[in-house]
Amino acid sequence: MRGTDFISELEAAVDGALIGRHLDVVDPWLEIAADKLLETCRWLKDLCEIRFDGLQCITAIDWFEPDPKKAAKVEWEPHTEVIYHLWSTKARASLVLKVKLPRWQGNEEGKIPELSSVVSVWRGADWHEREVFDLSGVQFNGHPDLRRILCPEDWDGYPLRKDYEMPLEYHGMRGR
Amino acid sequence: MSQILDDDQRIIEFDVRTDEMLVNMGPQHPSTHGVLRLVLRTDGEIVSEMEPHIGYLHRCAEKIGENLTARQWIPYTDRMDYLAAMNMNLGWSLAVEKLLRYQVSEKAKHLRVLIVELNRIASHLVGMGAYGLDLGTFSPFLYAFREREKILDLFEEVCGARLTYSYITVGGMTADLPPGWLQRCEAFLDQFEPIIQEYHALLTTNAIFVKRTAKIGVLSPEMAIDYGCTGPVLRGSGVDIDLRRDGESIYTAMYDGYAFEVAVMKNGHYPRDHEYPAVPRDAILGDCWHRFFVRMLEVVQSMDLIRQSIDRYSQCKGALGEPLKLAEKLPAGDTYLETECPKGQMGFYLVTDGTSIPWRVRARSSSFSNLAVSPELCRGCLIADVPAIVGSLDVVMGEIDR
Repeated sequence: MRGTDFISELEAAVDGALIGRHLDVVDPWLEIAADKLLETCRWLKDLCEIRFDGLQCITAIDWFEPDPKKAAKVEWEPHTEVIYHLWSTKARASLVLKVKLPRWQGNEEGKIPELSSVVSVWRGADWHEREVFDLSGVQFNGHPDLRRILCPEDWDGYPLRKDYEMPLEYHGMRGR
Repeated sequence: MSQILDDDQRIIEFDVRTDEMLVNMGPQHPSTHGVLRLVLRTDGEIVSEMEPHIGYLHRCAEKIGENLTARQWIPYTDRMDYLAAMNMNLGWSLAVEKLLRYQVSEKAKHLRVLIVELNRIASHLVGMGAYGLDLGTFSPFLYAFREREKILDLFEEVCGARLTYSYITVGGMTADLPPGWLQRCEAFLDQFEPIIQEYHALLTTNAIFVKRTAKIGVLSPEMAIDYGCTGPVLRGSGVDIDLRRDGESIYTAMYDGYAFEVAVMKNGHYPRDHEYPAVPRDAILGDCWHRFFVRMLEVVQSMDLIRQSIDRYSQCKGALGEPLKLAEKLPAGDTYLETECPKGQMGFYLVTDGTSIPWRVRARSSSFSNLAVSPELCRGCLIADVPAIVGSLDVVMGEIDR
């Protein structure tokens, strides 16, 4: 990431979007409020001086420790984190955005968290969001066609969650 | 659509408007480069909509990575892009080294350049040969595999494997080159260099090949960037980006002092284009022909880089250095690194919590994003052009499904 001027511009342009900035780590990143994500992305792509015109990757991380002994020691509360890696083809600069979500919407187990889709900003987000939905269980509101992409459509559960358990049987095939 | 009708009197289907039909191409269709299923909505010969179905090779390598140390995951990166496994090894190794702030020895850097560029040639040879197969010509495939076989023999000598190498690893290489290997590598280059003109004669300037690829599947630079296309697909649309020059410093440091020009059309010219056949009059920037041609230019570019790296490697005095421990402790943090693989920009994202086993690993596949644009390219094309378009993206399913 080159230059940090655009961060204060972002703060002024999208009110309440920026929650935290972490600039002294290996890959500097910004924490964005979940409800301001779409607005932030649109600003970064169309109005920011460094035009972040490429979306390279969307990742979701499940911060959850299934082992209760280890869980007592960790510093973080269980949550899901969605990470956006952006890239500007003109400035050759990259930017990392992170959004914090609850593991389950309203702490209701089985109800996956919701986030607004950025397909309207970068069309390449389409498949990436489908993959995150498929493997990590995040509902992207406004996605044109949100369904599983790598797993079969009748698959149960979200494999990249830490408490996921392989099914014992799938259409007559032994799982474990 | 009506434009096509007016231009080409042979297409009469539009007048009669037959019923729509769903056609399944794959998952075992030979022209789908692995197990890819394409569902085409057709009206006669015209494809109105194309939808790729992926996931047939999915084994959730990312979940496996959460249970192994960084070095133990190297063999799983082999199986992503199995046609360019050295490049995958390098991408993951560099990402871990970036997190550790670790620098490999000068000698190891030059050896890495040598090995990954050799693998790039092998990968582009498959891409080129298989593309010929997609379009119905069999012989280029055999000629391409003849030369690729020699590269695989060279790789077998250095690491014992012909496809899944695990040769480049975190902190260096698993072994140094065997005696006499550099001479054999140079002998291969000397023998291979004149053959490239044969490939150009077989495919690049072949009238049938040009008819099948020129003006087909035109991808605009804006759309390519919007969809996150990378590598030869992006450069074939005239976007001047190559991570070997524009990437992060840990990666570009490997290519410091190497002379090479990015294979992209600038002001209507490719670098050193007097040495190659002229661009056909029908071809327009961003079509299948240009994507193919960029790959052919990169083969020559890689040969130049290999010759330079052989010189530098043999002049290096110091030791190659040992790779890191199998269970090297990783500092808590996260890092993302993209490298320029033959198929495009392959990214690895690594999140650690202070132990030797990563909390989360993520592979950003270049073929995944390149294939995502194919429904746009196939809208309104002929059924026979679908293999031409998908083949020109040169995707490998092991990397898409991970």
